[in-house]
Amino acid sequence: MPISRSRIGIRACRRVFKVEWEVVIGLETHTQLKTNSKIFSGASTTYGAAPNTQACEVSIALPGVLPVLNQEAVRCAIKFGLAVNAEIAPRSVFARKNYFYPDLPKGYQISQYELPVVGKGALTIQLGDTEKVIRITRAHLEEDAGKSVHGAVEGMSGIDLNRAGTPLLEIVTEPDMRSAAEAVAYAKKLHELVQWIGICDGNMQEGSFRCDVNVSVRPKGTDTLGTRREIKNLNSFKFMQQAIEYETRWQIETLEDGGTIQQATVLFNPDTGETRAMRSKEEANDYRYFPDPDLLPLVISEADKDAVRADMPELPQAMKARFEAEFGLSAYDASALTAARAIADYFTATLAAFGGEAKLAANWVMGGVAAKLNEADLDISASPVLPAQLAGLLKRIADNTISSKIAKEVFEAMWAGEGEADSIIDSKGLKQVTDSGAIEAIIDGVLAANAAMVEEYRAGKEKAFNALVGQAMKASKGKANPAQVNEILKKKLG
Amino acid sequence: MINNSLKQLGAMLASKQISSVEMTTEFLDRIDQHNPDINAYIALDRERTLAQAAAADARIAAGTAEPLTGIPIAQKDIFVAKGWQTTCGSKMLESFIGPYDAGVIERFDAAGAVNLGKTNMDEFAMGSSNETSYFGGVKNPWDRSRVPGGSSGGSAAAVAARLCAAATGTDTGGSIRQPASLCGFSGLKPTYGLVSRYGMIAFASSLDQAGPMAKSCEDMALMMNVMTGFDARDSTSLQRDKEDYTRGLPAMTGDKPLAGLRVGLPREFFADGLNAQVSSVVQAAIDEYRKLGAEIVAISLPNTRLSIPVYYVLAPAEASSNLSRYDGVRYGYRAPEYTDLMDMYCKSRAQGFGAEVKRRILIGTYVLSAGYYDAYYLKAQQIRRLIADDFAAAFTQCDVIMGPTAPGTAFRSGEKADDPVAMYLEDLYTIAVNLAGLPGMSIPAGFAEVEGKALPVGLQVIGNYFDEARMLDIGHAYQQVTDWHTRMPEGV
Amino acid sequence: MSLSISDIKRIATLARIEVSDAEAEVTLHKLSGILGLIEAMQAVDTTGIVPMSHSQDVTQRLRPDLVTKTDQRALFQSIAPAVEDGLYLVPKVIE
Repeated sequence: MPISRSRIGIRACRRVFKVEWEVVIGLETHTQLKTNSKIFSGASTTYGAAPNTQACEVSIALPGVLPVLNQEAVRCAIKFGLAVNAEIAPRSVFARKNYFYPDLPKGYQISQYELPVVGKGALTIQLGDTEKVIRITRAHLEEDAGKSVHGAVEGMSGIDLNRAGTPLLEIVTEPDMRSAAEAVAYAKKLHELVQWIGICDGNMQEGSFRCDVNVSVRPKGTDTLGTRREIKNLNSFKFMQQAIEYETRWQIETLEDGGTIQQATVLFNPDTGETRAMRSKEEANDYRYFPDPDLLPLVISEADKDAVRADMPELPQAMKARFEAEFGLSAYDASALTAARAIADYFTATLAAFGGEAKLAANWVMGGVAAKLNEADLDISASPVLPAQLAGLLKRIADNTISSKIAKEVFEAMWAGEGEADSIIDSKGLKQVTDSGAIEAIIDGVLAANAAMVEEYRAGKEKAFNALVGQAMKASKGKANPAQVNEILKKKLG
Repeated sequence: MINNSLKQLGAMLASKQISSVEMTTEFLDRIDQHNPDINAYIALDRERTLAQAAAADARIAAGTAEPLTGIPIAQKDIFVAKGWQTTCGSKMLESFIGPYDAGVIERFDAAGAVNLGKTNMDEFAMGSSNETSYFGGVKNPWDRSRVPGGSSGGSAAAVAARLCAAATGTDTGGSIRQPASLCGFSGLKPTYGLVSRYGMIAFASSLDQAGPMAKSCEDMALMMNVMTGFDARDSTSLQRDKEDYTRGLPAMTGDKPLAGLRVGLPREFFADGLNAQVSSVVQAAIDEYRKLGAEIVAISLPNTRLSIPVYYVLAPAEASSNLSRYDGVRYGYRAPEYTDLMDMYCKSRAQGFGAEVKRRILIGTYVLSAGYYDAYYLKAQQIRRLIADDFAAAFTQCDVIMGPTAPGTAFRSGEKADDPVAMYLEDLYTIAVNLAGLPGMSIPAGFAEVEGKALPVGLQVIGNYFDEARMLDIGHAYQQVTDWHTRMPEGV
Repeated sequence: MSLSISDIKRIATLARIEVSDAEAEVTLHKLSGILGLIEAMQAVDTTGIVPMSHSQDVTQRLRPDLVTKTDQRALFQSIAPAVEDGLYLVPKVIE
């Protein structure tokens, strides 16, 4: 039954509800696995080829063709299972999910049903200062469908099967999330994780990471789940947030108005910000799952798992703990530095080349570097200042060659491509002045020129001292060592 | 020449007594003469066939010939062959020209065999009489008012009427063995997984297996040498060392070549439902085996009586899914008129499939549908294991099992066409073998006199997994002392 | 388990096969006969029996992740009912 567009608009935000409601959210994420060839055939998975040029005889389901499983897809599934601490099934089974759709060439999708490759696991999300564990129900291997292209020919749809057979790992959570923000935090965390372990390119525009979100509401304090509606195919975190917020509001309004929720699959329209039930008839989906007789049970041994484990990068959670223990970084810093593989790699490389205090490196990666990247809308992997270059700068801060303030100027120059820290410091004469005699001379000049301030200081105005330090730093063009300036000035005014 | 064994034909080619082009032309001419009545072939392509024969002649001249090089073989129209019309006996695929070669076709091509044409069959191999073919029924060469059996009815009639040197078939529930029995020649369904299913249009994937249909066990051994072998494109293909299936044949001479062989006779195969004449022919054959040295032991396969119910759950279930790809989108039949996508699907499939195929799709859809899966599909898979276990137990008491292939002789066209249940009972003795995945063979064992006509009767030999070579030896030993396999129908 | 006309209609829709009312009657009769044959299974106690999907106890073989297929669109689409600009054409898909 099509659900009519809601008449609730913006004013819904102001509505006062009779009951305090709780939203319950679970996610199903289709993660396209980073393989060269398809899950059951040797056709290429490269995105963007001309229609049906990567649709081999298996992809288009010619009579007589058969599937053979891609080992890399299995490795990706094992990697994911290990990353979320899940049970990896020693024996899993491929099943056929039967339904007719033009982008589904066989009339069934090869998926896993009763025995998925990855069982129960968990993913911890960070919400401000608190952590929350989201339980993962399962993850199973399956093949993607093709695409329908509309509008090329009047009244017709065109079918492109290049994507048909691309390997997917469908990752299903328990209904553990209680707000759009939590759902988005989970999705972002998962998005980073699958890229971190190298099983997905994470490209959401190209559909490599797509979320279906199950949303239901219930009066707060009750245990039974409400009837859920599934928002299909969300491919941006922004849309996910909007869609869940809209859907939640719509369900609450419907129930408050005395209506009921019908189980449905809905689509989010980014233009209107609304969700609507799909028009295709929800003829009671009866997928008639049964074990695919063309495929045999997938057996994964301890040795298989060990081989994949040996090939796994350090996981973000472990790396975060190590950063705290080994480098004495705060939980906040460690979490930020391990939010993405590229950030962690950048930080680790910087620190290795620097060899000094981790906190200084962390501050620069999360501060100066992040700010410039943000401004330029660049990913850290595209930073014009490489880790080794940043380390060169950090060395000069650490050995007092330059002050932190001058360091910012040097970093700007490095960002602009003017070279390494040392050459910039030299060519611009930014080296810090630490020669006491030179600093004394500067201070003498400042004291002579600012007799009034000296008087104020002596009369007990502490602020005047800071002003005199400022004058001295200015006179040195910022290069005088601030600690020495303080010390010498104090002595002279003594 | 037409009654010669493959070995003899090979020798004629090797000695240049005849060229492959000449041999092939003779068979093509025979087809032109007899096929309009018998209807064994769906697709013929004289030019393509003779080009292959010419290439074989070149290979023979170059001295690189293999045993089947230059020999004209008929291919069941279930195998996709590049450039050949490949219909699977269905209107759905009437316009389908094979864009690639099946594993079996590749193997025959590589062996230098000549593809004589694509043989008629029950639509999508669903049938036991060849009457469900969109391209018309096939006549049994022994009595043209009767069916040749099915589903490999075209191959069967072609072998029996000597319209080919040998043929391929596929067997899901008896589709090689039952027509072999009804048409009086030798047919073998190998152990599941020995012959590649790649490019063999699927009916019931966990049961389908291709095998040879030929005049003798010796011919079948040569065919098996070509057909079997690992194919990486088929996940169910088994990785095994290559065997020479002819290796034991020369030893099958002398007084008691089968001394020590234990032959099990399942009491269930000689119970109700077996035609009396067939029973006595089979008993006579077993007596012959006694003479050859075999020891006869009584065995029981108590669950085989359930093989038909189990089969008619599992095979339609798999078929209903396998045949979903015929939707009129990428190839095959599309209804000329429709209102929308749903209507296009429903009309294309209603018009493109015949009645029996639709029935099986519906049964399969039903047994898999929500609420019925456990009672039907799961239950059938459980009983399937009981049936397989019966055989495992039996093979601790005997080396091979023997019995009738079919409960009767060839029946009249139309006799069972309207009664699916009666038709299904044709496969009473063959289906259990497919469910267990075992090798099964039918060899000519004599004739039954029916309404004034002598109709062939087959003896079924069931072996343990991978025991095909021994089964062929056992069949060959019998064929050394009998001549049933050399008999030819009149009028061809 | 006896079949009804509405069962026939439901499974025919699931299977995407048009069945007229007259055909539905005939189909009902024939399918009921087949189901009667199948019914013999129900008398067997299968408690604890592991279902058998394959006759050989073998496991799935894995394929190296290599691109082995080349573009054969022209060949494959030469036997297609309706194509345009490399796409297979179907009546409009409504979501």
